[in-house]
Amino acid sequence: MESVVFYIFATAAVLGGVMCILQRSPVASALWLMSTMFSLAALYVLLGAELIGAFQVLVYVGAVLVLFLFVVMLLNLGQRSNDLRGPSGIAAALVIAGLLGIELLAVWRYTPSRLAAEVAQGPAMLDASAAFPAGQAMRQAAAHNVVQSVAEPLFRTYLIPFEITSVLLLAALVGAVVLAKRRI
Amino acid sequence: MNPELKGYMLLSVIKMLVVFTVVLVGVALLTLLERKVSAWMQNRRGPNRVGWGGLLQPAADGLKNILKEETFPAEANRLLFLLAPAMSFIPALMLSAVIPFAAPLRLDFDFTAGPLGRFVHHGLMPMVVADVPVGFLFVLAISSMGVYGIALAGWASNSKYSLLGGLRATAQMISYEVAMGMSLIPVLLLSGNVSFSSIILEQSRTLWFVLPLFLSFFIFLVSGFAETNRLPFDLPEAESELIAGYHSEYSAMKFSMFFIAEYANVVTVSAMVATLFFGGWDVPFTRADESGVWYWVILSHLMFFAKTFFWIFFIMWIRWTLPRFRYDQLMALGWKFLLPVALAYIMVISGAIYALEHLAGVTSPLTRAMALTVVSLVLGILVFRVLDRGVIVSGSQPRRQRLEPDLLRNPLGGRTDGVRVAS
Repeated sequence: MESVVFYIFATAAVLGGVMCILQRSPVASALWLMSTMFSLAALYVLLGAELIGAFQVLVYVGAVLVLFLFVVMLLNLGQRSNDLRGPSGIAAALVIAGLLGIELLAVWRYTPSRLAAEVAQGPAMLDASAAFPAGQAMRQAAAHNVVQSVAEPLFRTYLIPFEITSVLLLAALVGAVVLAKRRI
Repeated sequence: MNPELKGYMLLSVIKMLVVFTVVLVGVALLTLLERKVSAWMQNRRGPNRVGWGGLLQPAADGLKNILKEETFPAEANRLLFLLAPAMSFIPALMLSAVIPFAAPLRLDFDFTAGPLGRFVHHGLMPMVVADVPVGFLFVLAISSMGVYGIALAGWASNSKYSLLGGLRATAQMISYEVAMGMSLIPVLLLSGNVSFSSIILEQSRTLWFVLPLFLSFFIFLVSGFAETNRLPFDLPEAESELIAGYHSEYSAMKFSMFFIAEYANVVTVSAMVATLFFGGWDVPFTRADESGVWYWVILSHLMFFAKTFFWIFFIMWIRWTLPRFRYDQLMALGWKFLLPVALAYIMVISGAIYALEHLAGVTSPLTRAMALTVVSLVLGILVFRVLDRGVIVSGSQPRRQRLEPDLLRNPLGGRTDGVRVAS
């Protein structure tokens, strides 16, 4: 039952990704990307990560892609955006696709057992078992408090990395304002 | 399939059918209600020819819309033009699945229905189609998808008025979504969870959240108006500027779908306000409504219906009372007033909860809620009397000397002092 649902959404996600790059109209591309994001959210829910799924829809489908659509509509890009379809564009695409393929191969070599062994041997910055005691996430999700199971490790164990990430985002925001505003 | 799963599926199917039928019929009746309310406010009668007192008017409208000719504007993107009404219609209807409409019902059955096999259910049945653990985050996520329908309708119509309406809607909904999400964080702080059932239980244990979180309620309500594109924020379809905005080019049933989506969103926002800030199905001053006995369930549903209906009426009331905002005022209200107030309110509420729990040693949730009520009262007075300075309460007034009533009545008669309108 679950695997049937998984294959439906996985197919939709891959199809959306492929159609996104095959479409000529930028609006259609943005819509296919939206369907990919939505299918990914469904996959997160299947994994038991309802909160991540909700945020995926809220942030990517609801905000980021709407902004994409907004910009595309404002610029009103017509049918003439075929600049990348020349020989140089194809060459660049092949190089990038090759690099991505090599990366995927590297990931594919990472079996779960190898990953676990490396985590166990590597220098432990933080004790992972303190953040996620065995079965805690499942128990909390079963108690229908999906927020707590994400919030506890995020704001107790990994507080400093979390805050540093937010400073990174702030830097991007400040940079955008500096670029957009002529006079501050 | 085991009998328990079958019992669960049976109940889910029944709940789905009932909820979607009721919502669709209710939305149709709301169009009639809106016309009746507007007629009442403008001292008219409203539609009263079809059926008893005009009760069949929605059916007549629906029949007319199905039989009318479907038009396509020239050079329009045909596929997206067809897809757009559905994309605003589907998210609007999906939302009615997650809001609990009554107290959980204790239901025990165990029967065998011929070839279908045995159906079993024991214990409390939540009166909601899908009791999602992500609660109001689901509502925020799905309602943020409604903007696609409007944006695409504006773009695919190939008309400048539609495009302007679509662009306005996109900017407006993104802006107010931020304030709306921020206004719900204090609710999460107080209840400790995002799921609707736990928020309602917390409210029935303490106070309705409208008291301890008054400013959140206000910001949520204002953002809700903007999210549903209702007056005073209906800039995307402002008929004096944009004809009908994003649905200018739509006719027949496709137009009707936008209309249904708008009313379904009104129902959702009203139900959200009732659930998050007015206790949902909670019957005040008693906790017997959680027992699961059938008459308490019916009573709790009536409470939910009354609260939701009041907010639906309130939204219509505002529509026929207030004039439309100007676009810059709308953006200023969202970004310069609602968002900073919501952020500051999160700081104040979390600080107050920390102080109460760790410094004052308050453990009872009821005492905590009462203390927060006092804090919110002070803050409410501060915001609306001191900080506001004509931003919301007198939103569309120009910043110049106000006209005096005498001058309006008698423009040639000169001024008389002492009758200034209090600001």
